[in-house]
Amino acid sequence: MADGQDKHIDVATGTELKGHEWDGIAELDTPLPRWWLWTFYATILFAIGYVIAYPAIPMLHDYTRGALGWSSRGALDKELAAREAEVAPLRRAIADTAITDLPARPQLMQAAVEGGRAAFKVHCVQCHGSGAAGAKGYPNLNDDDWLWGGDLATIEKTITDGVRNPDHAETRVSIMPAFGRDQLLTGAQVNDVLAHVRVISRQDKTSAASQRGAKVFADNCAVCHGADGKGTRVLGAPNLTDGLWLYGGDAETIRETVWNSRQGVMPRWDDKLDKATIRMLATYVHSLGGGEAAPVEAGNGAQ
Amino acid sequence: MDRLVMRTGGWFALALIAFAAMLAARDGGFAVHMGIVSAIALGLAVYAMRSADYAGFARGLLKMPADQGKYYDDVIRWGVIATVFWGLAGFLAGLYIALQLAFPALNLGIEYTSFGRLRPLHTSAVIFAFGGNALIATSFYVVQRTCRARLFAPKLADFVFWGYQLFIVLAATGYLLGMTEGKEYAEPEWYVDMWLTIVWVCYLIVFGGTVIKRSEPHIYVANWFYLAFILTIAMLHIVNNLSMPVSLLGSKSYSAFAGVQDALTQWWYGHNAVGFFLTAGFLAMMYYFVPKQAERPVYSYRLSIIHFWSLIFLYIWAGPHHLHYTALPDWAQTLGMVFSIMLWMPSWGGMINGLMTLNGAWDKIRTDPIIRMMVMALAFYGMSTFEGPVMSVKAVNSLSHYTDWTIGHVHSGALGWNGLITFACLYYLTPRLWRRERLYSLRLVNWHFWLATLGIVLYAAAMWVAGIMQGLMWREYGADGYLVYSFSEVVSAMLPMYLIRAAGGLLYLSGAIIMAWNIGMTIAGTPLRTEKPMRDAAYDPIADKPLIAAQPA
Repeated sequence: MADGQDKHIDVATGTELKGHEWDGIAELDTPLPRWWLWTFYATILFAIGYVIAYPAIPMLHDYTRGALGWSSRGALDKELAAREAEVAPLRRAIADTAITDLPARPQLMQAAVEGGRAAFKVHCVQCHGSGAAGAKGYPNLNDDDWLWGGDLATIEKTITDGVRNPDHAETRVSIMPAFGRDQLLTGAQVNDVLAHVRVISRQDKTSAASQRGAKVFADNCAVCHGADGKGTRVLGAPNLTDGLWLYGGDAETIRETVWNSRQGVMPRWDDKLDKATIRMLATYVHSLGGGEAAPVEAGNGAQ
Repeated sequence: MDRLVMRTGGWFALALIAFAAMLAARDGGFAVHMGIVSAIALGLAVYAMRSADYAGFARGLLKMPADQGKYYDDVIRWGVIATVFWGLAGFLAGLYIALQLAFPALNLGIEYTSFGRLRPLHTSAVIFAFGGNALIATSFYVVQRTCRARLFAPKLADFVFWGYQLFIVLAATGYLLGMTEGKEYAEPEWYVDMWLTIVWVCYLIVFGGTVIKRSEPHIYVANWFYLAFILTIAMLHIVNNLSMPVSLLGSKSYSAFAGVQDALTQWWYGHNAVGFFLTAGFLAMMYYFVPKQAERPVYSYRLSIIHFWSLIFLYIWAGPHHLHYTALPDWAQTLGMVFSIMLWMPSWGGMINGLMTLNGAWDKIRTDPIIRMMVMALAFYGMSTFEGPVMSVKAVNSLSHYTDWTIGHVHSGALGWNGLITFACLYYLTPRLWRRERLYSLRLVNWHFWLATLGIVLYAAAMWVAGIMQGLMWREYGADGYLVYSFSEVVSAMLPMYLIRAAGGLLYLSGAIIMAWNIGMTIAGTPLRTEKPMRDAAYDPIADKPLIAAQPA
């Protein structure tokens, strides 16, 4: 072996062989590649430097804080504070301006819409969709069909207090009875009234059933949805004639709606978001296409 | 006769116990598992009772040559077959879940085929079933030859192999049934963990026993790596899986650790599963099969010592880099990062030693598709062990964490390094274990090489782009000071990348199917495929250009 007797040199590389051999595998006595060794030392030096500079060594009750005084929590606080400082003046201005006064200040209004766009992506897309087009049971916010109203102040109120938010007195509530389940109407009556609804929504032609249903509608439904079925916003009762449906306008879905009623829920946001964010959300939703002007003559409304 | 009665009776008793446990089970999953165990034990009881030599029958069917006496190779032949089989299963599962990410409808609305259940099936199938079988089979092959000793306790080796297959089946069915400890790469529940512990300790006994009874004065470097792998995996597995079962007849258990301690233990385990299973173990394979295939001495003995000890010393501390910017204390994050950076060169030591072993035989890259595969494996090993330390740097990690960059990183290592080196070893082993002149086809190896390489490139490139895009979109603020993208917009932006990734996976799976065909035909002993010959891999000293001029001896 390589005990000094005669050294074995590998012909191809000119390197000395170590002398061991396993199943035909020998080993060369090549020294460590210099670049490898120095790079290894360099990473160790970097590590030592980093350990001195940053929090690193655990002690009994504490740990070394590092020469730079950096901490991940501190860095986060700093970043958040910087971000906050950047947007704070605008947010304050928005919070201090009544939503009805915002349109008169286009720059502020635009900032509010942009902020609302960002907040919407975080808080609202889960139900209303990233394009705000909604889904079954979740209203489309792009159209001009509003359950409670589409002017700025009304939208803000809806976002602030939510819809059917439990344990919140201010929340918006509309309770449609479960006509079938609670046996307020018979099965035949339900079929008749849905035939009528299909007629006023211009999906079916008048039939014997729909004529019977018109009477049922007048007795049971018109109080909220109006005699013509165009809905009542103050009560949150939807317009049944516009061809826009929250749950669906096919016979089966309407039957389900009349039979069991629908009790969709939207959370209140005033306990989760600050005033400015809610205001921005309202302006953004208003800007999507269906926003309405403030109702001038609606002095007798709830809001 | 007494022995026969004892054996049959023992298996039958076990079958009965498992059956009773099935009947008394507290949940359906546990009942299914005990049913599987009971059925297997019953099968073994019948098998022990019948005089027919089923093992001989199976060996005949799989054309396994009779043992030659010096080395115990039977279990290794089974291991080769199992590696190919589980590889195909794991790659197929991977392709399917890649398609699920692109087309969520492929979840089929069934709980058993949902992404959440198939994903651990995929990861465990490729890491533990494919990789684990490759490691067990090659370790048994290498340790016997480099120690010049027959395997210690061959029957125990058989138990290790078959016991490990039972572990795989229990783990895989458990994932599909929704039984999980919720720990990544350590999902199986407590009783499956205990079974694996028994199997693993037996593995250590077989391997260690063979090393002890060696007739070589020194222990070859491949065996250091195998030993480090076996010992450390035992430690990691036991500590990370410490948990309290809710009932001895139910599958559910709760971890002994809670909160951030649990997370740190998990990633100490998770990172070192990469370090000791997928790195140390596969380096052991490299250290035997690369010099054998290249017919060259190992490049540097000194480098192998230094990089071995530095690798295993440094790797074990690097786990916290999986928990950057979490509740883990800052000091632990720092240590995880600096140990990862120091790990760069020790990792590369293995790549250097592997690649430079080709000194004097570089021409074989041109002529030998198996060497080509090994070189590509080492190249990907080097790339991903550089990428790893880079991603452990906190500033980089704040962008890369939770993105598909991580997935790309893992797969350039898993597909490139672990996959290719395993394929090369399988190609090396099959003709030797079945006493064939050579593989059925070398051209098909070349096809496999190119399909796999192209697949990895598509996969890794798509995930780099996807990951960096994802990371940048998540953190992008507009001029007005607000986040620009919603999460769902980021998801939909990924679709093209997901499609490219799935295409890469399809190529990789195709290569593996070609391999299965090639190995199958080699085992079957059919005449060699008629094809234009790849040039012979014999060493030609004149064609070679040594780095250092040869000195006269």
